[in-house]
Order: sequence, then C-alpha cells, then structure tokens
Amino acid sequence: MSDPMSTRTATISVLVDNEAGVLARVTGLFSGRGYNIDSLTVAPVDAEGQLSRINIVTSGTSMVIEQIKAQLDRLVPVHRVADLSLEGPHVAREMALVKVIGTGEKRVEALRIADTFRARVVDTTVESFVFELTGATDKLDAFIALMQDLGLAEVSRTGVAALARGKRTI
Amino acid sequence: MSAEAIQSGAEILLRALKDEGVEVIFGYPGGAVLPIYDAIFNQNAIRHILVRQEGGAVHAAEGYARSTGKVGVVLVTSGPGATNAVTGLCDALMDSIPVVCLTGQVPTHLIGNDAFQEADTTGITRPATKHNYLVKRSEDLARVVHEAFYVARSGRPGPVVIDLPKDILINPAPYAEAAPSHKSYRPRTEPDMDQIAKAVALLKSAKRPMIYAGGGVINAGPEASALLTELTRATGFPITNTLMGLGCYPASDPQFLGMLGMHGTYEANLAMHGCDVLLAVGARFDDRVTGRLNAFSQGSRKIHIDIDSSSINKNVPVEVPIVADAAKALKALLAAWKADATKVDSVAVASWWRQIDGWRAKDSLKFSQDMKPGSVIKPQYAVQRLYEIAKARKQEVFITTEVGQHQMWAAQHFKFELPNRWMTSGGLGTMGYGLPAAMGVQIAHPDALVVDIAGEASTLMNIQELGTIAQYKLPVKVFILNNEYMGMVRQWQELLHGGRYSESYSAALPDFVKLADAFHAKGMRATSVDQLDDVIVAMLDCPTAVIADIAVDPAENCFPMIPSGAAHNEMILGPEHEASGAAISDAGMALV
Repeated sequence: MSDPMSTRTATISVLVDNEAGVLARVTGLFSGRGYNIDSLTVAPVDAEGQLSRINIVTSGTSMVIEQIKAQLDRLVPVHRVADLSLEGPHVAREMALVKVIGTGEKRVEALRIADTFRARVVDTTVESFVFELTGATDKLDAFIALMQDLGLAEVSRTGVAALARGKRTI
Repeated sequence: MSAEAIQSGAEILLRALKDEGVEVIFGYPGGAVLPIYDAIFNQNAIRHILVRQEGGAVHAAEGYARSTGKVGVVLVTSGPGATNAVTGLCDALMDSIPVVCLTGQVPTHLIGNDAFQEADTTGITRPATKHNYLVKRSEDLARVVHEAFYVARSGRPGPVVIDLPKDILINPAPYAEAAPSHKSYRPRTEPDMDQIAKAVALLKSAKRPMIYAGGGVINAGPEASALLTELTRATGFPITNTLMGLGCYPASDPQFLGMLGMHGTYEANLAMHGCDVLLAVGARFDDRVTGRLNAFSQGSRKIHIDIDSSSINKNVPVEVPIVADAAKALKALLAAWKADATKVDSVAVASWWRQIDGWRAKDSLKFSQDMKPGSVIKPQYAVQRLYEIAKARKQEVFITTEVGQHQMWAAQHFKFELPNRWMTSGGLGTMGYGLPAAMGVQIAHPDALVVDIAGEASTLMNIQELGTIAQYKLPVKVFILNNEYMGMVRQWQELLHGGRYSESYSAALPDFVKLADAFHAKGMRATSVDQLDDVIVAMLDCPTAVIADIAVDPAENCFPMIPSGAAHNEMILGPEHEASGAAISDAGMALV
C-alpha cells in the first residue's frame, strides 16, 4: 500500500442491481460514514435494464478510499466495484450545458472560445447561448471559468462517466 | 387450480419461514400484519412469542440467535411497530447478529400518502440493517424471504428487514424455493493460501506473539472456537478475547489473558501493547479495544482474519490480511502451522511469558470484599459468587447483560469456557438489552440456567418484558447489581467531570421485590455480604423467574480502565493498587 495518509482522487465504478433504493444505499453509505462525493452518475447500462452503473468521483486518504471500496463491495445489490484510478488507464468524461447571456463583443468572444473548446451551441437567442461541452472534468472547469466574465448565467453538469481503457471491463 | 396456487401472501410467507427452518417468531400484532397473525393462528409449526414492546422482540431474537447460531425472527406491525424495532436492528448490525425482521406496511396503493401507521420503514432502517426489502409484487415474496435469510446468515451476519404491504399479504402469491445462489452477494469464505503461508511464517518468527480473538469466531460456529483453541495450544501463544469474543477460548486456560480493552486486564492490554506479532481473528480493532490509535500495538506486525474486508485496514493497518470465514482460515492456519517444520524461538517466547506472568501477578481485577456480616456487597464479589455457585451446580449457564459497569464486571469475573453462552450488547451498548435477550435465550434453551446480570437503571428500560416472561413461564433470573446509579455514567463523572453527578442518580427506584411479585415472579433481596450466597442459591433453586435485587457498593468503580484517548500502557488500576496510569486529559474528555 502507498502512504496511507496521502490524499488522492479516485474514480470508482460500481455495477449494481437496478432496483429501488440502491442509489440511496450508496449515497447513504457516503453520508453516514463521512466520505466525500465529488461527482456521481447513475443509469441502467444493460439491454434488459437490470443493471445500473454508478460512477463516483471521491477523494480521501488511500486508507479511506480502500474503505469506501470495501464498504461498497459488501452492499448486497452490488455486483462489482472497480477503482478506475488505480486499476490502470481510464477515460472519464462529463457533459456540461452552459448558459451564457450577453451581447456585443462578449457574445462574440464566448462563441469564439466555445469553438476552441469544441462546444456546440444547442440553443440560442439574440442575447444568449446554451453550449454543450463534453470532456474531462478539468476541461469543463476551464471552459466555465473562461465564461465567468462573458456572461455565465447557469451551468448544468452530468458528473463523470468513466470506463477503463483497452479491453478491460468492470 | 391446485391448493398451492391460491395461498395468500401471508400463508406463503409462513411456508417460506418454515422452509428456512424457523421455529420461533418474536412479535407483536397490529393492523398491517393481521393477515400474518391469521396465518399463524391456523398453523402449529412455528411458535409465536408475544412480547410487550417491539424493541424487546428484536433483543429476544438476538439472544435466541446468539445462543443457537440460528437466525432470529421478529414480526412487528407498520409505523411505530417498525420504529420501535430500530434500536434492536442497530444493535444486531453492530454485533453481527443474524436477524430477519418482518415489518407490516400500509397497502401498496397507500404508500407515500401518510396513511395511518405509515412510516418509511425501508428508508429508516437502511443504515440500521445489513439489507432491507420492500415487497411490492406478490410474485417476489417467497424469493425475498429466502434471500433475506441467506443475507442475514451469510458472510458477516446481520439484521435484514422485509417490509410487507398489507395487500401483498392478502393477495394470492406463488411459492418459490430458495435459489441455489445469490446473483450478487457471495461473500468470500475460503482463505487465500499464500496469505496463510505468510501468516504462518510471521507467527513462527515471533518473539513476543499475541492472539486477539473476537465475536467473529463465535459467529463462525463452535468449530471455529475449537480450532482457535487447538491453534492457540499448538503455538503456546498468549490469547485475549474481546467483549464479544468471550467464550471462544476457554477462560480457565492458562494461556488466556482475559478480556482486553478499556476495562480489560493489565496483562492482556500490556501484551497487546508490547507484542511483536499480532494475530487478530474475527475482531475489528474498535475504539474500546485499541485505545489511542497512534499508540496501539505500535511494534507489532499484524495478521487479520475477517470475513468482512471492510473491517480490515479500517482503523489499524495490517500486514497480512486474510478475508475468510474464521473456521476455514483457522483450519488452514492450523494445518499450515503443523506442516511447517520451522521452530518457534522458544527462548524468546518463554521470556515473553515471564514478562506476561509479571503483569499477571499484579492481579488487576482484584478487589477487596469486607466479609464482616452486615458489610456492603462489592459488585465484583456478587458476580464472582454467582459464577462460583452456578459453576458448582454443573448446570448449563447462559449469561446476558445490560450495559454499564455491571456488564464490565460480568465480563471480567464470569468465566466462559464455551462459545454462545455470553450475550451482551457490545457495539451499540444498548441499555435494556439483557432482559429480553435472556428471554430469547431461555426460549431456545428451556432447561438451561439463564441469568441477566443487570443494573437497576438498564433493566428498567425493557422491564415490560417481565410480562412476556410470566406469560411463557420462563425461569429467567434477573440478577440486579443495584448501586442506585447509572454506574458507568457516575464513574465517568467522577473521573472526568469533577464529581458532578449530573442526573446519574437512579432516583425513585421501584421496589424490585414487589415488582417481581406484580409480574408473577419471585423477588429476593440481599443488602449485606452475609446474605449474598443464600440469595444466589435461592435464586438458582427457584423454578420460576426471579428478580434478585443485590444492593451493592454505590461508590465502586470499574477498573482497570484505559481512559478515553489513552494508550494500553496508560491504564488506571483500582484502589487496590499503587497509583498508576495516565492522568485524564481534556482531549480524552471529548471522546466517547
């Protein structure tokens, strides 16, 4: 084990039965034991809708993250717990919808930056844009920070979806 | 249509319970569970024990489960029936007791409507149980019942709630046999043999070894206790037990150092502190055991066997984790120990034993009882005499306790040779546990001697269960160490809060002898040391339930004690010993 007291961020994917209350079990575990949730996504992932995948971004000491994984793993409806951060390279993406309100030069600048970030315009009026942007969390953070002075009005983010790279599966 | 196909949900429920081997249910009826009571009325296979409050039902089921190794079963109604059960569920969760609790629920179409006696039972009990279910479709009912029993008893055992809407109980439901395997919950039970090899190598290299065994050994069945005993004897190493582990190793054995932890023996705690190799089995390094974490057994390399991987490396980092059933791991460990020809450093271990014997000579549990007639009874002496007199009668004895000083004195002075004989609320520390738990034990072992070693304050928390004891003519003995204080609270106030005994005096106590009489039991009282033996003998001779009110020294404190925030080598010993231990710090005062 690495230094148990050093803090790290972990992206954990959990395959669970898609049943009532399963998300409450997971979030209740985090709140009840005082763990952090930086981001959380959940949706059914198989054709029959029997299984859901929960992706959690959390942070803590290595000892705490090992605890989180062990605690998740002993929940009855949990099939698999994978620590994507630890088990090898992975891709992690999230989507944001970003509303920017403004006119004139600021509006033009917002559109120019959006283009650089490969954000799509999914809604527009003469005074506003809604951009759709997909990417790693830090890319979204950077985009949103740049929009701050250009009329940023509202943000909606999905949280992180993540998969291991290569042929590995959960 | 076959008769089977038209069975109601309630009938299917009972059939599934019967197929799971259930013989006894502890319960209390109410509107939402009337269909189940109707089905119970129409059968004889399962016995229903009517408690006086739902909290008592869960503790009774815990006592039943802990003393038999079977799953305890509870049946309560919706709303307040379920909420009253919550404390017992938390208790069973903390102490890993297998319990299935059936709760009534309003009909499915009323759920969420704030209906009469509606509570969000699965929401409330989610963090209080190992798992819970709300049955919303009749076709799921039988499967869920089987699954609940599997979950309750598999892996690290625990309580499971099944919430049953009334319409599900009334409507016809199909039956289903138990599934051969669970789709997601399959706890690992077999040890990794590489880890076993590492553990043996480490144990063989020990100069100052120590074995620390807990309630997980008892949960793994009597075989695990037998294997632990065999392994300990084969190694010649010293062993200590946690509060929950008492009985998993014979207390009379010379290798046994007694209980460890906050009120553990001097030798057990110092051996934990000074050992160089520590084997932990079915124990979870909780704060009552470790004391100050950054001073806990700093010089030892640690092996930890536990069926729950989340118990490993939770509080204390260990070098050799072994996730497995305790019996299976101990069996593998014993075989590997015997197969390995490496010799233990017997000179070093012998010198370690000399050191331990030096600590033992301190006799940290010693107390002084004035034997002059009329002298006040020391609580430790009362427990010691109960133990000695009961032992001489060679009857099978089961002990339950409430929570507080009397619980610790019972743990220190009552010696257990076998597992499943000691029922106490360890993790949650639930006052009021002992009386209903004793009831559950007595139901499971009708001919055994079952004694609730109680405090006068705790036992009042579930005193209504004397009604149940009377109804079923259970010969439970309630042995009250009556010091007229919430003794452990008083002790902490004396040691940590300048002797300001805020609200810890047991004012306006009932006359326990008359109370016994009112509940059709026999009341007895001892107020001085010369009366004690007679009362104990009369209590044990009495064929019915007894409340023995033993007036003990109200000022007595429970020692040794590791104050909160202190380390194992900073124990406070009792007044029989020269000044010792750590001064209690302000930081310690903030801890529980």
